[in-house]
Amino acid sequence: MTDKAPAKAHLTPRRRTITQKRSLVGWAFLLPAALLILWMNFYPMFQALWMSLHKGIGAGMTWAGLYNYERMFKDTVFQQTLVTTFTYLIVQVPVMLVFAIILASLLNDKKLKCKGFFRTAVFLPCTTSLVSYSIIFRSLFAADGYINHILVGLGILETGYNFLGTPWSARMVIIIALLWRWTGYNMIFFLAALQNIDSSIYEAARIDGASPFQQLRRITMPLLKPMILLTAIMSTNGTLQLFDESFNLTRGGPGRASLTMSHYLYQLAFEKAPNFGYATAVSYVILALVAVLALIQMRVGDKR
Amino acid sequence: MKRRLGAVAKYGFLIAVSLVSLFPLYWMAVSATNSSLAVIRGALLPGKELINNYRNLLGNQDLWRAMTNSFVNALSLTALALLVCSVAGYAFEIYHTRAKDALMNVLLLAMMIPFAATMIPLFRMFSDMQLISTTIAVILPTISTPFLIMLFRQSARSFPHDIIEAARIDGLGELRIFFRMFFPTMRSTYAAAMTIVFMNAWNNYLWPRIILFDSKSLTMPMLVSNLIFGYVTDYGMLMLAVLICTLTTIIIFFFLQKSFAEGIVGAIK
Repeated sequence: MTDKAPAKAHLTPRRRTITQKRSLVGWAFLLPAALLILWMNFYPMFQALWMSLHKGIGAGMTWAGLYNYERMFKDTVFQQTLVTTFTYLIVQVPVMLVFAIILASLLNDKKLKCKGFFRTAVFLPCTTSLVSYSIIFRSLFAADGYINHILVGLGILETGYNFLGTPWSARMVIIIALLWRWTGYNMIFFLAALQNIDSSIYEAARIDGASPFQQLRRITMPLLKPMILLTAIMSTNGTLQLFDESFNLTRGGPGRASLTMSHYLYQLAFEKAPNFGYATAVSYVILALVAVLALIQMRVGDKR
Repeated sequence: MKRRLGAVAKYGFLIAVSLVSLFPLYWMAVSATNSSLAVIRGALLPGKELINNYRNLLGNQDLWRAMTNSFVNALSLTALALLVCSVAGYAFEIYHTRAKDALMNVLLLAMMIPFAATMIPLFRMFSDMQLISTTIAVILPTISTPFLIMLFRQSARSFPHDIIEAARIDGLGELRIFFRMFFPTMRSTYAAAMTIVFMNAWNNYLWPRIILFDSKSLTMPMLVSNLIFGYVTDYGMLMLAVLICTLTTIIIFFFLQKSFAEGIVGAIK
């Protein structure tokens, strides 16, 4: 007994140094990743705020206060891109999520035949790059494209309709393209969540005489709520930053009818006469919108 | 009877959705083998113009340079991102302390920073460092992402701590435990991460467009996009370029599909 006590006393400080050592190893492991995020995300974010309060370009930037932010209230092009971006958001995101949930619940059925085929077919659009699918849809909906070929062939139209040359149809084409590209992507998240739900719940509901629609509303939807929140936030985030589609599918046109905020931001910063101050101010509006909409969605998601 | 009607509606819906999903891809592939005129006339069957379109494309754009650049960018980003983020995710879970948890929460906030809000200062930063048109400039902003760190932290949670203890008793160093034990057992997570990172890198367009000035550093999406700038569009050639750009990611997806699904389901649980 007596000679065991000092040994124990000797062990405790040594053990502490081992855990300390391990903690240091942990810091060394995560440091590169943490520093990169600070350097490549947070630092430029604060720099953008600083730039948005300045005028001019390069080293000659001078303090401008809120000038760039005030300018937005008079900038009708900016306001138009805001409306266009929100049109995409309000129309596309809900429709896409509903489709994704319906598809996921159909594909979650264990007895479904050709399940692998359907699942791959729905997911395959997600493997195409944003530029590629933009160009496929641009070609399909061109005045001499395949969609017009069908419409004329069926006698619905006499000559090709200029989808990309009319403001509303150009926006519609972008929405259709977005639905095509992203529904399968969101479906995968819902499918993964559904696979975690015990199928006996549905068995019980069926025995109690619940219709498929009732099952969807009363069982599936409440259990999918966290996933709906996640996909809604991701999709909102993505839609507010739409660039590739606007740039490649419609070139923002006709005129500026389908121009998105990110595309406008790109034009301000990197085309014609670059204006970093005003461009970063516009980018801060996107940042604020992303944050506010995510907060609202989290609030609503919590209450329900 | 009612049941049968429901089944018909269900399969009808799924078949319709599949057709809509697959048709644009089919049309792209078929158009790549037809002449532009045949595409405009509504050709829906494979033609004989594939070689011709390929020749036109080679004459028009530096296809193989773009392919090489895209592969170099995407592969180097994937390798670095997987290494940096998996080590970090592992550390946040296995060696977690209160300070590390707090740091993780701060890093997660970066998910909410839109790229639009950082791209202009990033552009200025890289031009100050004279790194315009370099691979480093293309990949550096996306090597470390909160999403990937979180994915690996989540998978480290399911990694039994007893094994780590046993390995320590056997005298294995911390770095070795990671590379010899964690790395091999988490294959499906790595496969999922690889699929996601590679596809994003391959498909990325906005940042390469901003930071790559030199025509020698052209990437595949940039090449495809360049083809629509002219007044007359050669649909056969255009769709061949789109097909080549898309085929790479489709092949990778089919190779890693199974482990991709496992990795994602595991991460969500």
